Amino acid sequence: MTKSYLSLELIDKSFERGGTRTEVLKQVSLSVDKGEFISIIGHSGCGKSTLLNIVAGLTQATTGVVLLDGRVADEPGPDRAVVFQNHSLLPWLTVYENVRLGVDKVFSATKSKAERHDWTMRNLELVQMAHAAEKRPSEISGGMKQRVGIARALAMEPKVLLLDEPFGALDALTRAHLQDQVMQIHAELGNTVLMITHDVDEAVLLSDRIVMMTNGPSARIGEILDVPLARPRRRIELAGDRTYLKCREAVLKFLYERHRFVEAAE
Amino acid sequence: MTVTNLKLKQDAMPRPAARVIAFTRSARVGSGRPLTARLVAAATNIVPLLVTLALILVAWQIACSAPDSSLPSPTRVLEESWELIAHPFYVGQGVDQGLFWHIAASLQRVAIGYALAAVVGIALGALVGQSQLAMRGLDPIFQVLRTVPPLAWLPLSLAAFQDGNPSAIFVIFITAIWPIIINTAVGIRNIPQDYQNVAKVLRLNALEYFAKIMLPAAAPYIFTGLRIGIGLSWLAIVAAEMLIGGVGIGFFIWDAWNSSLISDIIVALIYVGIVGFLLDRLIALVGRIVTRGTATA
Repeated sequence: MTKSYLSLELIDKSFERGGTRTEVLKQVSLSVDKGEFISIIGHSGCGKSTLLNIVAGLTQATTGVVLLDGRVADEPGPDRAVVFQNHSLLPWLTVYENVRLGVDKVFSATKSKAERHDWTMRNLELVQMAHAAEKRPSEISGGMKQRVGIARALAMEPKVLLLDEPFGALDALTRAHLQDQVMQIHAELGNTVLMITHDVDEAVLLSDRIVMMTNGPSARIGEILDVPLARPRRRIELAGDRTYLKCREAVLKFLYERHRFVEAAE
Repeated sequence: MTVTNLKLKQDAMPRPAARVIAFTRSARVGSGRPLTARLVAAATNIVPLLVTLALILVAWQIACSAPDSSLPSPTRVLEESWELIAHPFYVGQGVDQGLFWHIAASLQRVAIGYALAAVVGIALGALVGQSQLAMRGLDPIFQVLRTVPPLAWLPLSLAAFQDGNPSAIFVIFITAIWPIIINTAVGIRNIPQDYQNVAKVLRLNALEYFAKIMLPAAAPYIFTGLRIGIGLSWLAIVAAEMLIGGVGIGFFIWDAWNSSLISDIIVALIYVGIVGFLLDRLIALVGRIVTRGTATA
């Protein structure tokens, strides 16, 4: 038994297709403390999304277990809410209804109707989207959609918030704005967060620790980097900060020197 | 820092503002336009249609103007069938009814058969779309059965039901159900993995998944099936009624043929066409209202 809040124990994942077996993840173990912000970074195809899906319970590990708060987590559930890369809002529901759907499901027994309404609005206010509550996803911008996706996940009060390249599809300015917002929310609520990214700056700016994955097939954790930067962090001040630059360099070196992306490794 | 703030504000501000302007402007254009402008717009839409209709009538009149012509000309249709055209709500004995009542009887059969087909078709389509096993078992059977022409079912259903009316309803049902099943199944098979993942993370149960994800996500496909289905139903009812008799537009046409009332047939055909068109539009309208917002993510 480990004492950490979330722990991944010796996760192996292989896919079988037409008799050939492809090892995606090999012996991935990770311990995350409560309230920690962890980024997982690696080249595309290294299986980092697969790893997140395993934690979410959307994919089953071939061997190994995920333990959350002392319990085995092998099925999807609202205690591990996911913010999907492409927002995944239901287009036939309004912004409010998208968040409310999760709230109704999670708090059906513990909150009254009025409380669930207030809780939905509180979470929309948290991501500054309360003004668009009655709009449909098709009527708001990509950045706004992603904010609603974050609100939907936060509103379920998950034990771990899983972010799957949440800002990947956004323009640089919107992305910076959302990163600041996520940092603020994390400071306020103290969530435990697991975030997939391929953006080095994003990883260093947001994370307490950065998990660097080696290239697949058979990807494993190559290195874990502590980011000893005080919070709250401000991107402008950090731009010239020595620790920040050192961390950044460490990640870049890992990604581009030791584990350069190899096209078609087979 | 100030620079970033400025840019972010610019980025955030104009979008909602621009949208609000667009909405109010389009609303104003619709309601505040002068009457003459709207009349002109309506005329440009309707004039080509009127011209085409006039040309067809003239050509028809010329083609059938010979005294020994086997088909009546438009003026002769008006002359011979004036009773029929002028009194659609006439109530007589047996099958001697106004056209409205014939159409109503046919519509009633279609309504029952089509409603059953919609309910069963969506349920079966959901099953086939959802389960690989059900698809392997049922889809080949559906693909064979759907090619059976509607009228080929009629003798069999007459044998089973021993009565004309339920047989006609069954023919409507069996005609309309295939496109509904097939389109529903395709729609459900095409539900994006993302929505399924959302449902899994929220731990929606089967019923919630069906009502909150499956139906709305597949609604555009389902309504395509429903629209094809209503068209086929209307096609089939006329043919089925010719054979089963009684009040109904199909038998009315058959009866008119047996009495050599060719003009009455022509009037009835116009009714059939217009009602079929209205049915199609009705389903399309319902579909547009129900699927509002589902087409674009």
